[in-house]
Amino acid sequence: MEGFAALYIFMLAAFAGYEVISRVPVILHTPLMSGSNFVHGVVLIGAMVALGHADPEDPVQLVIGFFAVFLGAANAAGGYIVTERMLAMFKPGERKEGGAK
Amino acid sequence: MSSNWFVSMAYFIAAVVFILGLKAMSSPVTARRGIVWAGFAMIGATVVTFFMPGLHNVGLIVTAIVLGGGVAWWSGKTVKMTDMPQMVAIYNGMGGGAAAAIAGVELVRGAAHDGITSTLMALGAIIGAVAFSGSCVAFAKLQGIMKKAIRLPAQNNVNFFLALATFGVGLTVSYSAQPSGFEVFIFFVLALALGTVLVMPIGGADMPVVISLLNAFTGLAVGFEGFVLGNPALIVAGIVVGASGTLLTQLMAKAMNRPIKNIIFAPLTGAAAEGEGE
Repeated sequence: MEGFAALYIFMLAAFAGYEVISRVPVILHTPLMSGSNFVHGVVLIGAMVALGHADPEDPVQLVIGFFAVFLGAANAAGGYIVTERMLAMFKPGERKEGGAK
Repeated sequence: MSSNWFVSMAYFIAAVVFILGLKAMSSPVTARRGIVWAGFAMIGATVVTFFMPGLHNVGLIVTAIVLGGGVAWWSGKTVKMTDMPQMVAIYNGMGGGAAAAIAGVELVRGAAHDGITSTLMALGAIIGAVAFSGSCVAFAKLQGIMKKAIRLPAQNNVNFFLALATFGVGLTVSYSAQPSGFEVFIFFVLALALGTVLVMPIGGADMPVVISLLNAFTGLAVGFEGFVLGNPALIVAGIVVGASGTLLTQLMAKAMNRPIKNIIFAPLTGAAAEGEGE
């Protein structure tokens, strides 16, 4: 990828991230932190690619790569289940959040 | 390369859904929907990655996913509701560790990289490793394993020189064509020590803000490693989390009436009179 194209992606993504959550109510701070924790679990894909391109003859690469995929998968799975459990408490039809609309 | 196109398209869709999911998660009415969408996007992106051309070691990959995902799923499912914050911390740390380990593989592999990529790889590795060890400390504190805030003598000098050494070694390692395993090892030991030392002096009550900050760190590290791997989905998701996590950290600190500076550099101002000058 061209260096500058990536730089533009960085910049736009940063603005997107900032805008996307700019109006979040206080009760959602922790669930949202957990949710974004899940989203960076996408590192799993990168870890799969890294391990997939590691030299099958070199045990060092394989071990580190295995470690990467293991951790990435744990990040994704754990992040999802924890966020889901937190948000399950926000059943539709609860009435306290009048100001959030 | 039709299968390559297919993979790229799926990544693109996943990136869009992640952003929409985060957006949905910032309102109580749609929050639940948001995480479910993001979950499907994650599964889709993971499955599609197996179709990537030239992917080796598939058996190892599947084993690692099943083990890591299984352990995390089980622990997340069984943990008490009140213990949630430290679970977020530990899963976040694992993400940071994964980002650092990606850099580790690339370093040991000695894949030729240009200057910008090498720099970002080193930065991603440092930030990821700091997030990993920092989150482990945060987990230990919230879990009650580590009870006291441990403050080193001349804490900020230690932080500063350790950071300097880590960056120095990191850049040296990532710029050399074929770093030895030992150099890479030293680099990661330094980076992990840095994360530990940074979080150790911070008290348990401030931990949520710290976890949020480390969460943003991990996002950034993921974004950088996405650049190294040339994977736009990682860049977008990582940087979006990096930015939104930074904002969220500020919001949380504000809600607690504690400026971030006071939390992270607490040892500075806390150490009686000698604070400001150093």
